[in-house]
Parts: sequence; structure tokens; C-alpha cells
Amino acid sequence: MLTDRAPIVSARLGHEDSHTLERYLATGGYEGLRKALSMTPEQVHEEVNAASLLGRGGAGFPAGRKWSMLRKASTTYLVVNGDESEPATFKDHLLIERDPHQIVEGTIITAYAIGAAQAFIFCRGEFALGLERLTQAVNDAYAHGALGPSILGSDFSLDLVVHPGAGAYICGEETALLESLEGKRGFPRIKPPYFPAAIGLYGEPTVVNNVETMSNIPWIVRNGGAAFAALGQGSSTGTRLFALSGHVERPGWYETEMSKTTFRDLIYDPKLGGGVRRGRALKAFIPGGVSAPWFFPEHLDMGLDQDAVGKAGSMLGSGSVVVMDETTCAVRAAWRISRFFHRESCGQCTPCREGAGWIDKILRRIEDGLGREEDLDLLLDACDNIAPGLTWPPRQTTICVLGPSIPSSIVSGIHQFRDEFLLHVKEGGCPMPPDEVRHV
Amino acid sequence: MARLSAENRRKAEAIVAVYPERRSALIPLCHLAQGQDGYLTEEAMEDVAELCGVSPAEVRGTASFYDMLHTEPVGRYVIAVCTNIACMLAGAYEVLGHAEERLGIHSGQTTPDGLFTVEEAECLAGCDKAVCVQVNHRFFGPVDEEGFDRLVEDLAEGRLEGTVPPHGVLCRVERSVGLPAEEPAAGPAGGAPARRGGDS
Amino acid sequence: MSETTGTGELTVTINGKQVVAEPGELIIDVAERSGVYIPRFCYHPRMKPVGMCRMCLVEVSSPRGPSLQPACFVPVADGQEVNTDVDGARKAQEGVLEFLLLNHPLDCPVCDKGGECPLQDQAMSHGPGESRFIEEKRHWAKPIVLGPLTLLDRERCIQCARCTRFAEEIAGEPLIDFFSRGDAIEVATFPDRPFSSYFSGNTVQICPVGALTSAPYRFKSRPWDLEQVETTCTFCGVGCRIVAQSSAGKAVRFLGVDSDPVNHSWLCDRGRYGFEAIHATDRLREPMLRRDGELSPASWNEALREVGAGLRQGLSSQGPTSIGIIGGARLPNEDQYAWSKLARAVIGTDNVDAQLGDGLPAEFVASLPQATIDDACAAKAVILLAGDLHEELPVLHLRLRAAAAHHGLLLVDCSPVPTALSEVAVALAPARPGEAAALMAALVASDDEVPEVPGVSAAAVSAARTVLSGLTGEEIVVVVGRTSVAERPDSLAAAAAALAKGLPGVRFLPALRRANVRGAIDMGLAPGMLPGRVSLDGAREWFESQWGSLPSGRGLDTRAMLEAASAGTLRALVLLGADPLADFPDRELATRALERIPFLVALDTLPSASAQLADVVLPAAGFGERGGTTTNLEGRVTRLAQKVVPPGVARPDWVIAVEIAERLGVDLGFDHLEGIWEEIEQVAPAHRGATVSAVYGQPGDGVVVPVAAVGLPRLAPARLDPMATPGIDSVITQGAPMFAGAAAVGSGGVEESEVIEEGGAAPAELPTESVTPSGPPRPSPLAFDADSWPVPAPPVPDAYSFRLVTRRSLYDHGTLVQASPSLAPLAPSQELRVRPRELDKLGVADGDRVRVRSARGELVLPVAADEAVPAGVALIGLNLAPVDQPGATALLDSDEAAQPVRIETVEG
Ligand SMILES: Cc1cc2nc3c(=O)[nH]c(=O)nc-3n(C[C@H](O)[C@H](O)[C@H](O)COP(=O)(O)O)c2cc1C
Ligand code: SF4
Ligand code: FES
Repeated sequence: MLTDRAPIVSARLGHEDSHTLERYLATGGYEGLRKALSMTPEQVHEEVNAASLLGRGGAGFPAGRKWSMLRKASTTYLVVNGDESEPATFKDHLLIERDPHQIVEGTIITAYAIGAAQAFIFCRGEFALGLERLTQAVNDAYAHGALGPSILGSDFSLDLVVHPGAGAYICGEETALLESLEGKRGFPRIKPPYFPAAIGLYGEPTVVNNVETMSNIPWIVRNGGAAFAALGQGSSTGTRLFALSGHVERPGWYETEMSKTTFRDLIYDPKLGGGVRRGRALKAFIPGGVSAPWFFPEHLDMGLDQDAVGKAGSMLGSGSVVVMDETTCAVRAAWRISRFFHRESCGQCTPCREGAGWIDKILRRIEDGLGREEDLDLLLDACDNIAPGLTWPPRQTTICVLGPSIPSSIVSGIHQFRDEFLLHVKEGGCPMPPDEVRHV
Repeated sequence: MARLSAENRRKAEAIVAVYPERRSALIPLCHLAQGQDGYLTEEAMEDVAELCGVSPAEVRGTASFYDMLHTEPVGRYVIAVCTNIACMLAGAYEVLGHAEERLGIHSGQTTPDGLFTVEEAECLAGCDKAVCVQVNHRFFGPVDEEGFDRLVEDLAEGRLEGTVPPHGVLCRVERSVGLPAEEPAAGPAGGAPARRGGDS
Repeated sequence: MSETTGTGELTVTINGKQVVAEPGELIIDVAERSGVYIPRFCYHPRMKPVGMCRMCLVEVSSPRGPSLQPACFVPVADGQEVNTDVDGARKAQEGVLEFLLLNHPLDCPVCDKGGECPLQDQAMSHGPGESRFIEEKRHWAKPIVLGPLTLLDRERCIQCARCTRFAEEIAGEPLIDFFSRGDAIEVATFPDRPFSSYFSGNTVQICPVGALTSAPYRFKSRPWDLEQVETTCTFCGVGCRIVAQSSAGKAVRFLGVDSDPVNHSWLCDRGRYGFEAIHATDRLREPMLRRDGELSPASWNEALREVGAGLRQGLSSQGPTSIGIIGGARLPNEDQYAWSKLARAVIGTDNVDAQLGDGLPAEFVASLPQATIDDACAAKAVILLAGDLHEELPVLHLRLRAAAAHHGLLLVDCSPVPTALSEVAVALAPARPGEAAALMAALVASDDEVPEVPGVSAAAVSAARTVLSGLTGEEIVVVVGRTSVAERPDSLAAAAAALAKGLPGVRFLPALRRANVRGAIDMGLAPGMLPGRVSLDGAREWFESQWGSLPSGRGLDTRAMLEAASAGTLRALVLLGADPLADFPDRELATRALERIPFLVALDTLPSASAQLADVVLPAAGFGERGGTTTNLEGRVTRLAQKVVPPGVARPDWVIAVEIAERLGVDLGFDHLEGIWEEIEQVAPAHRGATVSAVYGQPGDGVVVPVAAVGLPRLAPARLDPMATPGIDSVITQGAPMFAGAAAVGSGGVEESEVIEEGGAAPAELPTESVTPSGPPRPSPLAFDADSWPVPAPPVPDAYSFRLVTRRSLYDHGTLVQASPSLAPLAPSQELRVRPRELDKLGVADGDRVRVRSARGELVLPVAADEAVPAGVALIGLNLAPVDQPGATALLDSDEAAQPVRIETVEG
């Protein structure tokens, strides 16, 4: 059932000038910060715990719990992950360009709660406009007294640096992000230590949270954690920005209440996705970024709920849903996703570095009509060598989970559309029509 | 081929000063250098190495990890066509093929006049506007074949000068606050933790 | 059943077997110790683990069930269960190998590494057997030149990052780095900045595939044609343990052996590629006699008769003090002992000096409270008062650098010009040439009476004092060496004495550059000194009882001998592998002396400039051509082994000593190397307890003299990790005793050719009487006397002059480097380095040619502006001029406490 409720993070986006300090202040901006500063850091932390806000970066780890894991030390860092590069995900991009102050405010409040005196927003480099808007927001926040020494007259001080990325998907992985922020190549750090909260930036305890996670914080402080937790259901509380793309009539972002909204609502509701384009049948959809195994029409009535999706063998991940209609070639879709991982593997781990390239080549060969029947088992076995057992959640032979994300689309594709794969082999080419250019 | 200009050197030092460790400035400084010359010249990488306290090989090695940083010259306009899943479903390969034909180059190449480089990009986070295209990291979309032709014409004729700066220019807003005042060795205004020198 | 290895506090189960381990140990190491070898590529026991290649995945128990973990990264935990040989782990390992081979060119037949390649070996032992890859492989142009000695074949690279990590983490010279991302990663340099690190060869050694190859070894041999023997590098005083490999009778490759107290498997490129000098085309192959002014070939008999006659003539005309011997530092201990005994007991002269005025006083070195390399690295602080170790003792530089960069060693660099270690130092206080003692006194003065130090800012002194404050003498090690040959050695001795007085308990590691100079001092190749760190006068009675007779008084050092020669009072001079024309820090005096000496004998391996002037030239067996032992700078005695035969009829120096003694009618009393060592152990006080079996029976880490200071020598490990030192065949060969007659250890590894016979020449026909000690008591080795080292007066300050500092380069115009074709071109050219501000004052620009003038001579050469050089100092490279042209030594007067020079412009 689709609920009709006021948005949280996208509340301001109807305004042309939503990114400016004036608009921000006129719409309750920095009220949350003011309130937070009147509370103790522990009280702020408690509100976030009460909200049971799940991280919006992909792993869905409760934000309040992450903050509790910080090792006690004299220096603590807060790093906001705005590297958004998971294919088909574009909600952080939106928040960065259209409501940067909300991120800045959430960051300041979080820094206060965790006792950080230095914070960074790692913004994906390709977001040139986003970088300009974020930088302007930081300049304006300083001028407003919301950043710098003695924030809003309190004895809390914070410096915030907007750090540009330079184009590498892997830098979204939090330890690769920290390496990159230290001026190195984005090689994810080997675990243990498992969490930057123990050893993070420059070896100091560090919280890494997603841009959307931060954007929820001012609202939670203003309205109380309980109000947030009242939305959604189970562990999936609050609202979430979903990025809908692919073969739908109305691709775009939709903030909806978690869990209560179903995939069918998101794709078919006229106020949301508006249905599969040209009234065609739905073939498959990806429920949470290309690292997630695919879903099929039988999953449509599942709620947008982290646990339910997880139990069904996939993940809500980064909150992006890609719709594929009946004309979509499953081989081609799986190939393109594999090609992405091939291009974006950092190159440390042999299985990921070499495996992704191999899989890319095999799938391309099948799509080009040069496939062999045994290639399907070969693909699955190569995948198995990256993510042993091909289970969900995956096991891994690699340092980070980029590697075990590679098999998702292939396993989904081969399991669900084995005949279509074989048809490519038998017919010596792709039996599906070419992609239609969406004319504008 | 150029070292960092005096003006950019000043900016570079300001950037170094906001980080607790100077190597952290490596990527921002590469962007700065790329903004100056359109790509990373050897001389600029040497400057960056010196400013960050690493070897030039480490600057080049690190920069080359990242898609946005070019160690070879590129066109004034780098046109990136996303072909990842959402854009592919909207016909991105068809648009890319058209782009290659129209400009007479393959993806990864630069037109002989040095004006355009075409790249096949991974997801640019503009999937609701598929097919999504960036020119020097400014967004355009949805773009179809005709839209692409119009875009290229507008660029060639300078109609997008204000919106699309030359390649390498990224963030045109400078951080104006919280910088260490006179004494670069001292901590920044704002009571942030004292800056640590050097790297390990 | 519990494994008895290890002494730790936790127990893990590896493949069902319980193993005791210490906290922090890695699974991979514990497993290896218990006999379970886990395959690996990126892991190297001497570098931080990174867990990248994923080859070492094993199943590790956890509360959530078993999971695959990299054994190279995960430390053991109590109660942990590790399985390396279960389906899951095996499949993962096979998977990784298959992935690694996908794009590998499989060009093993033309690859240097083919036959000794860990990738090949592990593909056999842990691989899937066949590849299912039918796609087009990745292609790269090949090979590319990374640096003067290193080539890269990118198609073979498996991206393990061993080379790049070595360059950054161990060498501190990140000249190579990963370029690009994912499967496009390649190892690359910055354009126009080649991989010219002195340590580049280590990356070739540890590369687990044939991606990195070295120019000197490339295509020289196939692994199965190699024979090998463990020995010690004698290119400098560190004494790195190496394996010398030969093919068809030629030395073709040296590899570093992991000696825990010494070199950790690393080598410098000069040592590694110096094997080329063994087979230099101009090696001396036969004796030569001067006839009608020309040197011409002669038989050993003729030549030795001539030497005997020449020496006898000197003896009869002006007595034993008219005979001198210079050199001997490159000889093994046994040969040094033989020559020391020949000089004292047979000829009757004490005019012997292994150092050419470019080292430290022998009594000083012999008596110093001694520290080992490990002691220095484990100290809280090290005071560095030496030349640039990076140039002189490269692997000591690596050890200290690692300690300072990664293990918290506080380094105070007091060298007169900052060194390569300055980068990791916590304080820099460059001592002004000639005035190091004043600086050291200030470092240890009490807080209220810190004196001003000429040429050093109060801030620098106070920074250094801060580092040392609160530390006791026992926590500090001083690395003391000859900072510059333009400064008198007693100035350094005085500086050390000042520290010894102010810091009770402080120990010293002498930075002795020449390979076996420590052995030479220990064997008494220094005036006034006798074997075993005793003085001629102090040990007279004992040695007379052992050797028969001794010279009546202290003899001349090199400088005094050269002066005596030029004054006509020295009648005969023997050069034991010494080249005073090139090395003595006063070229003018050396030239005069060698021209005037009536009878000059040179024993050498190569025709040095000085040997060209000799009346008799005797060809000596060189490194790799003879056995024996050598003593490194910390007093560690290790084995030298023969791998190839000497050229022509060249003989070991000790054999020549025996023969000369015979021509003088005396039997020196030895006929084999162990026999000499037996006598050393009997006679030399400091060597007591360093028995033949301790020294000769252990090819490993050797024995530190005096023996009281030693821990147990390294026992050969049961099995050598082929991934830590790929290319070194097996430890059985390494661990086998290398002298004739000993039982081989293990089986199958020792081949005839690896067993060393002493010398390559015909054994001398001598009676074999053994020396039995009796009579007077054995004296004790010298104790350090801090009061016996007065401060030499520095030159009077002069506003117009600079104090000269000479600096060595690893590659120079010395004969050994120049005899190695790959290294010879790497010697830099000669220049003078001065602070830019002072150049401005002189009105000369960077790169201009200037005239440097001293009271002794002058030199015209280019200047370079160098901010690192302290004010009032001019830095010049030593031994950088071609042999026939004057170099820095032309400016030196070895009597000056510090050499003043003037810099003048030259027209044109
Ligand atoms: C390959 C990979 C890519 C990721 N990319 C992103 C990303 O672009 N943005 C993001 O916020 N988190 C990303 N993550 C998740 C982060 O590692 C991290 O969990 C997250 O930033 C934590 O923020 P949250 O707790 O607020 O969700 C990625 C993880 C992986 C393994
Ligand atoms: S799994 Fe892939 S992306 Fe992740 S660390 Fe390993 S190589 Fe890099
Ligand atoms: S990952 Fe352990 S040896 Fe490479």
C-alpha cells in the first residue's frame, strides 16, 4: 500500500533555489543543529538510535550502532560518503546538487554527536556542479556560524572539507575511500580491522556515513527519533529515496515510506514509475543497484524492506531499481554489468581483477554468437571461484565485496533465463531486438 | 607543458593546508593542475609530488588509478557517454555509435582539431535522464542522436562557453573560509585538530 | 600430539595437528614452521603483509563457521582451527592460479625464471592442471627498460606489488609504482626518472615470476645449469650473506640469503652485480716481472725468487724497518693472519697497515665497546657520525632506515653533510669538519653548561639533545665512521671518546667501509697491533712465545711509510691488493713515494694504477675463487666459499705468504685454511672460543668476535621458503658445510662442485707442525681508553675558505666497479657542491666550472648548488675521476685536521 506522507530528505527539492542558504534557512535549516547543540552529544546519539536509521550507502548498517563502535581516541574523524557510483543510483547526486546544506547540517550534528573536530565530505569527482554547490554551502555555513570555531555560540568547533573524488567506483567502498582521501590509489583496505571505527583515516577512529544517511539527521533531531521510527516497519524505518530507471514510463527519484511501499507501487503507481514503458511486460528488475541479484515479476508485491529483500536473496542496497521489459536481452544486461565490474575492479585481488575480465569476455562472446554450451558452467564456476558457493549473502575470496558482487547478475541471468543464453549459442547471436533509443 | 602557475601554486598551498596530512591533497592538486592545462603535464605532476611529499612516480601512479585524471592530452571537451545498464536500456550504445560516426573517432580518441574526446563512461548517476552524457563533467540528458548533434554544434560554436568550462576545470567555487590565516604551520581557524606534517 | 617448536602461549590446530604459536604470528608462518607450506605470491616475510594475491587462502574456523582467510594476513588465535587441504581451500587456490595464468604468456622456455619460477612451481602443486581460457590474452610491448640494471616484461607480471612495496617500504625510494587500475595495472617509473635505486636488484630477486629481469643476468643461464654455494659478499664491511651461482665455470648470479642479524636477504646492486668483476678481461693471470723497465710474464718460481731477493736485500742493507706492507683489507682473515705473521715473525717489520689513511685508527676500532647491527637497530637512539651509509654501506643503511622509518628508532644525524638517512632522522646536527668532538661534547654536556659549537646552530644542538635526553648510554648506539677523508681520523676518535665519557654504557658500531678491514685490524694488519685486538707492546711476551720473534717497536702507518719511501728510507714495499695512487687521501705524496721506492711488489687481482709501477706483480685469487672467512664491521666472522677457479695461475694470498716465508728460509706453519684458523683461535686473544667447528662448521650467520658477545649461530632452517628467496635452490645446499672432508648434511643437495677445496692453486709444500700454546698468559683484548684520543686542532677559521668534505659514491672509479661492465657507466661525474647562497657570493652559477685550490693542489670542475650543504662547507665526490686524472685526493693533505680549500672562478 502506497502511503501518502510528507517527505523527509526531499522536502525542499520543489524549490528552484533549494541549494541556497536563504532557502535552507527559510525552510527550517540549521534548526536541527541549534537543537542538537542544546543537547548533549549522548542525547543526540540516543535520538539517532531511537530512529534506528539504517545506513543508506548500501550495506544498511544502523547509523547509531556504527557510532557506538568508535574506538576512544583524542582524534576522531567523520567522513561522509558522497562517491555515489553504483550503477543506476542517483539519489546522492540529487541531494548534493539540490540540498547541500541539509548534508552539511547532518554532518555537523553527527560530528557533534561523535566528538569529531574534523569532517570530510567525499564527493564524487564527476559531480562538478555538486562540488561547486557543496563548497558554496560550506563557505556559507561558515559565514552563518554553523561551521568553524564555536558553532552557533556553543563551544563546539568543526572544520569541514569538501574533497573531490577523481573517478573510480571502488572509492565508494569505505576503506578505499579513506585511502583515496589519504591521497593514494583507491585500494580497499584488508580486514581486519573490520571497521574504520577502530582504525580509519590516518589510522584514527573514523565514522563513514552516506550522504543520504546524513541528510536524515537534521529531521531526526528536529522531530525526534521516535517520529522517524514510526514510519516504515520493522528494522526498515523512515522514508527512503529510491532511484527508478530503465524501462519505466516515469524514471526518476521517489521518496517513499520504507517497507509500506511495494516494488509494484514503485514501478506501476501513476504518481511513481507509471508502469513499464509502452505497456510491455516486465521481464526482471534489479532491486538495489547492479551488485544485487535480480528480481522477477513474482517479487513485485514485496515491500521495499531491507530484511524482506535480503531474505528473498537480494538486497535493497543503494536504493536503485532498474526495470527491464520483455525485449531486454538477459545476456547483454549481464554482460554490461560484468563489464562494469571489470572496468572498476581496483586490481588488488587476483580473483576480482582477472575473473571480472574473463567473465566480461565470455559473456561478450556469447552475446556475439560465439558462445559454447559449456560456457554457462564455466561462467558459474568462475563466479564460484570469486564467491564460493554462490550463496547470498556471498562468501568471498577477495578483500572487499566488489568481487563477490560480480556473480549476481550472471547467476540471476543464467538461472532464470538459461534458455535465452542457450539460444544465443544455438542461433549464433542475440535473438532479442536492439535497445531502443529513448527519443526526447 | 607547464609547471603550476604562481596563482595555482598559491591555491595549491591553500589546499594542502586544509588537510591533516599533505598527501591527502594529491587528488585535489591533480584536479587543479588538470584545470590549468587540460591534463596532467609531467612538470605539474612533479610540482604536485613536491607539494605532497611523495615521488613523481607515486603521483603518476596514483593519478592513473582514476578515470578523470589524464596523463596524456585530451580534447578541449571530453564527452562521456554513459553506457551502463540504465542508459544501455535506453539506447546508449546506439547513441555512442552515432557519436563516433559523427566525430569520426573511436571512443577514447580525440578529434584532430583537439576539440573533442569521446569516452564510454560508466554510470554517471543521471539514470533518470538516460541516455546520460557529460561534457567536461557537466550533465546533459536525456540525449538522443539529434540531441547529440545539437550538443556538439553548440560546443563547437561556443554557445555553451559559460556552462561548460574547458576540460579539467572542475569546481569553480573556491573554499574561502576556515583556512589557516598567516601562519600555515598553525592549525586552521575553527579549532580543528592540529595539522600533522608529512606522511608516514 | 603437540608440536614442540615455538615457545608461545597459544595453540592452533593446523590440518588436524596442534601447533604452539606466539600471539601476533601469522598463520602462514606458523603453518610453515609446522611443516605445512601454504602457497603464496605477494607475501614476503621481510615486508608488511598486504593479502592481495589471495593465493594463500585457507579455511579458518570462526564462531560463524569456517571461512576463507588469507593466511599471510590473519594472525593465529588460540583454539583456532586452520585447514589448508580441504576442498574449499583447495578450490580457492586452484581458482586463483587459474586466474593468474589466464593472461600469463606462458613463455617459460624463453623466460629467465623458467625452472625456478614460483608461479610455475605452484601451478604444478596447487593449480588446476589445465586452463579453460580461450579468449585473447592481454598484450603489452616487451620488455621495457625500468632502469640501468632492470627490465620489465609486463605480460608476465602478476601484480603482487612485491617490487613496488620493496621500493617504497624497504628502500624508501618509490621510483616505481603501480600505474593504472584493475587488470591494466603495470609497474612503471615516472618519465625520465629511471629506477636507478641502488637496491633495484632486490626487486628482481623477489619477483615471483620472470617479469623483472636484470641486465647483467638476463639470458646468461638456465636454472638447471646453475651450481651454487653460500658465501659472504666482500664489497663492503656489512658482509651480506649471499649465494654465489655459477654456470659453466663462470659466476653468473649472486642472490641475497636471509641472514637475520645481517642483511635480511637484501643486497645492494654493487654487491649483487659485482660478480662481473670476477671475470674481468684484464684479471691478472700470471706473475710479472719488470725487465728493462717493462712488466713481462714470469713463472711463480722466478717471481717469488725475485721477491725473496728484493726483501733480503732490503733486510741486509737497512734492516727490517726498511720494509713495509700496505693493504690487505680485501683479504680473508686467514690470509691476513698469514701476512701479519710473515711481516712480524719472519721479516721482522711492524710497518704494516691495511688502511690507506682512509679508515679509522686501528687501536680505536679494536678497543671500542662494540655494538652489532641488531643492537643499533634495536637501540632507542642512534647517533650517526659517519659518511653517507647509502653510498658506503648500503645494506646497513637499509637496516637503519627500516628501524627508523618503521620501528621507532630515533636517529640523530651528525654527519657533516646530511645523508640519505637524514630523511628519517628526528634531528639533524651536521658536525663541522674537524670539530665533531666539540659537537659530541655539547650533546652530552649537562643542561646548564652546553657549550657553543662552531658551525652548528644552537637550535640544532638543542634538538639533538632533546632526542637524547632521558636516554641512558646503554640505550644509545653510535655509528661512527670516517665522515670524510678530508678530515683526520683522530678527530672522529676524539668525538667518540667524548661520547663514551659523557654517556657511560654507550656502544659503537664502526662504519668500516672496506670489506674486511675489521678482519685486518683483528689480524694485526696495523702498526702496533697484533692478532686478537691486542697491541704489539701489550702482548709482546705472549706473541713471542707463539711466533718466536717480534719487531722491536711500533712501525709506520701508510702515511708514514709513503713519507719514508719518498724520503728514501723505505727500501721495499709490498702492496696487498692496495692502490695508494687511487685511494690514499694525498695523491701527491703517494705518487712521490711509489716513484721513489727501490723495490715494489704488488699482489692483486687487477692491474691497478699502483700495480703498474711495481717491480713484481703477483696474481692473487679473488672473491669467489678461494675460501676462508671474513669479519664484518660488527666483528662477525662468516664463511667465504669458492665457486670458480682463479684465472691463470693466480693463488690465494696466504699461499703466497707461505711461499715468500719459505724463500726467506722460514716455515709459516700452515698448509690449509682450517689450520690457520685453528692457530688464530689459539693465538689471538679476542678470538678465543671461536673454534674451527663454530666458524667453519656453520655457513650461516657466523660468529661474532669476541665470542662472549655471541648468541647461537643460525642453524640452517629445515626448509627454505622458495618464495622468500626465489632462485636459491634449496637450503640443503645452503646449510651444507663447505670445506673438504666434512660430512654432507641432508641428502642430494650437495654436489662435488659445491664442496670447497682451499685455494685453487697447488698446495704449498710445507711441514705441518701445529702450534701449541705454552708459557706466558694470554693477554686480554684492548679496552677502550677515552682519554687517549685528544682533539686535533682544527684549522684556523678563514672567512674566504671552505672546509672540504669528501663523499663516496657506491659506483665510482675504483677498480672493482670499473671491472664490472654493467656498473662502470653508473659512476657519477665529479662535481663540487656548495650552498646556493655561497655560490651567489662567489659570483658563480650552478653548473659553472670553478677552480678548487688547497695548499696541496688544485682541481677544475663544475659546481652544483645544493641547499643541503651547510654553510662554509664544500662537498666533493671521492674517486670519481678516471684513474689517469687527478680527483679529490689531489687536494688533500692528510695531516690537516680538516682540509681548507678556496673556490675561484675560471675564465671562459
Ligand atoms: C564496491 C562498493 C561500492 C560502494 N559504493 C558506495 C557509494 O558509492 N556510496 C556509499 O555511500 N556507500 C558505498 N558503499 C558502501 C560503503 O562501503 C559504506 O558501507 C557506506 O558508505 C557507509 O555509509 P552508511 O552506513 O551511511 O550506509 C560501497 C561499498 C562497496 C563494497
Ligand atoms: S575485490 Fe576487487 S575491487 Fe575489491 S579489493 Fe579486491 S580487487 Fe579490489
Ligand atoms: S594474499 Fe597471502 S600471499 Fe598473497
